[in-house]
Amino acid sequence: MHPLLQKLVGRRSLLTGGAVLAGTTLAGSNSALAQEVPAKPKPMTGMSGHRGQMITVGNVGLDVNSFDPSELLTDWDSGVVTQAADGTNIRTFEVIAEDRDIEIAPGVIFPAWTFNGRVPGPTLRATEGDRLRIVFKNFGSHPHSMHFHGIHSAAMDGLDGSGLIDPGEEFIYEFTAKPFGCHLYHCHAFPLRAHMHKGMYGAFIVDPDPAKHPEFQDVAASRLLGSPENKRWQELVMVMNGFDTNFDGANEFYAVNTVAHHYMKNPIRIEKSRPVRIYLVNATEFDPINSLHLHANFFDYYDHGTTLTPTQKTVDTIMQCQAQRGILEFSFADHDPGKYMFHAHQSEFAELGWMSLLDVVDA
Amino acid sequence: MNQRTLIPFFRLAFYVTAPLLLLGLAAIWLVSSDPLKSLSSATPPIENITFERVVLDDEGIHLKIRASGSEPMVIAQVQVDDAYWAFKQTPSGPLPRMSSAEIDIPYPWVEGDAIALLLVSNTGATFAHEIEVAVPTLTGQSGRFRIQALVGGFVGVLPVVIGMLFFPLLVRLRAEGMRFVLSLTLGMLAFLLIDVLGEAFEFAAKTTAGFQGAIMVWLVVLVSCLGLIAIGRRDGAPSALAVAFFISLGIGLHNLGEGLAIGAALASGGTALGTFLILGFTIHNVTEGIAIAAPLTKNRPHLIVFAGLALLAGSPAILGIWLGSYAIAPQWAAMAMAVGAGAVLQVIFEVGLLTRKDGVFTLDRYQLGGLVMGIAFMYFTGMAIKV
Repeated sequence: MHPLLQKLVGRRSLLTGGAVLAGTTLAGSNSALAQEVPAKPKPMTGMSGHRGQMITVGNVGLDVNSFDPSELLTDWDSGVVTQAADGTNIRTFEVIAEDRDIEIAPGVIFPAWTFNGRVPGPTLRATEGDRLRIVFKNFGSHPHSMHFHGIHSAAMDGLDGSGLIDPGEEFIYEFTAKPFGCHLYHCHAFPLRAHMHKGMYGAFIVDPDPAKHPEFQDVAASRLLGSPENKRWQELVMVMNGFDTNFDGANEFYAVNTVAHHYMKNPIRIEKSRPVRIYLVNATEFDPINSLHLHANFFDYYDHGTTLTPTQKTVDTIMQCQAQRGILEFSFADHDPGKYMFHAHQSEFAELGWMSLLDVVDA
Repeated sequence: MNQRTLIPFFRLAFYVTAPLLLLGLAAIWLVSSDPLKSLSSATPPIENITFERVVLDDEGIHLKIRASGSEPMVIAQVQVDDAYWAFKQTPSGPLPRMSSAEIDIPYPWVEGDAIALLLVSNTGATFAHEIEVAVPTLTGQSGRFRIQALVGGFVGVLPVVIGMLFFPLLVRLRAEGMRFVLSLTLGMLAFLLIDVLGEAFEFAAKTTAGFQGAIMVWLVVLVSCLGLIAIGRRDGAPSALAVAFFISLGIGLHNLGEGLAIGAALASGGTALGTFLILGFTIHNVTEGIAIAAPLTKNRPHLIVFAGLALLAGSPAILGIWLGSYAIAPQWAAMAMAVGAGAVLQVIFEVGLLTRKDGVFTLDRYQLGGLVMGIAFMYFTGMAIKV
């Protein structure tokens, strides 16, 4: 385009002035020029509805991915439990680091580094006081480690000399599961940002031992996986994450549990009579904070999950900085059945994939 | 066919096919053994997308894109203003190198806003395109055609006619005066050549790499220039009328380019083209009429001839505005501009020959004055319209 015209395109106000001047310079054609002003666009009748178009196109199946985000929600890895001589539980997990292509949105393949072939990695779930043994093998192409957010010795920290291992090597992390709460683990090899955003993170949940909390025994029991009190609850794990696919230091896709818009297309079934507990972990890289907003309802929030009483009561939006996490508890018992949305309340994150639905049904 | 003619025939056939056979074998070996595999094992394919056309209407946003990846490309998702939107690609499926596709996005765009488009490929690579001001694209509406024709008439036809009105003055000029006018024409043509070449390269820069935009422009300039010289000189030196015809053609193609730019401005900015700007173009182009009339002083042709020449030189501006408002693909615009540059170059050659005195090139003060005046007039009237 002519540079002068290009300039003018950006200055529409000036042009209106030009049209007015038409009266003095080109009196005859003034009316014709006035017609050139574009009419307000008609209602966009050609579009099939003004809503519901804002979504990724297509579906992510199991062609590329070895995991289904719908199943991942309740896929707890409790390890293998044996008894020590003194009677304490020894809980052993096996985790393998490997390079793996994953489909993060329909048709978009991301060359990930994974724990056990999935992003997020396995949800490791233990009980407060267990002796944990995590057998970690590195089958990837780079040095990796598992750095647990928990209480452990310096020798088990997942840094150089404490479990950061080269490809082909193996390391066993050993420590006691504490404090109870909703935690995470991630690779702590450097550059940390690269290892994080490549997909090396997962939830690490330590259930409280009811015997250790006599004052809140029933609350603790409800959080102990497999207890009768716990069976009433519908528990879901959600790891908020994002993917930078074009190396510009910003995420092109956001999601909970990796696949953009997965729970929009496959809403999470919620039985309205049963209370809901979400273990929410923020593993988003590049953006300092992420958030969750629940539609049409409020929840109690337990920051880090390390308390048995809520740290925030009756809220509908919480935010988490990188690596922050917490537990959300709510109920749809008094609601009508239907689809209830939840999403990041940073609109950009929501519109780039972090938008989901709960399908509340009578049951 | 007997033995004697058959043997030389086979020999000839062998001479033709042997080099081609070797090329074929080399190609088969290269493709089947893929010796470059070891070099590119971990490198992702090169991906590139060119946005050739953007149309906004009440059904949303319509894009014409062209792929130029090292391998067929897949458009996986489309972002509009940092949000993923449903879209439809026609034809669907991977886009082989140099192929194009339409992408339709039912997006409720807001008039006057800027829109950021981002295509995401299957590898996660992104390709951005910014719509600076969203306004409905003027496509095939009869009311628009009339106003566009009017603008085209003002910037194309009217100045040529005004310039031609100097003809009675030109006929009365003596030899020095005529040399001055022909040189004035040359100076003006030199300006047009640079101007139209600049436009051609600007469009060429927006084309897909495979078109080799700059090389394409130069080749088209060369071929069209030589082609027109060949047509004009197939029976020796062209007549005065033929020279006038070719000047009209060259100016017409240049005006087509001016029309494209104006059309694009109208399409993307409503009445972005202020009235003063149109008037500026009219004055800027007045010398075009003088240039066409200059070689005809000895012929004094019929008025109809003048009318025909004026239409040939001026009306392409109207066509250009129509095409430009429909957001023509950059490779076609670059090609049209390059043909225009070739035509102007041919005319410079022919008019240059006309300025000879007794078959010898001279550069006297009348000629130098004319050249400088021609260039200066174009430059300074150009300055006035470049706001």
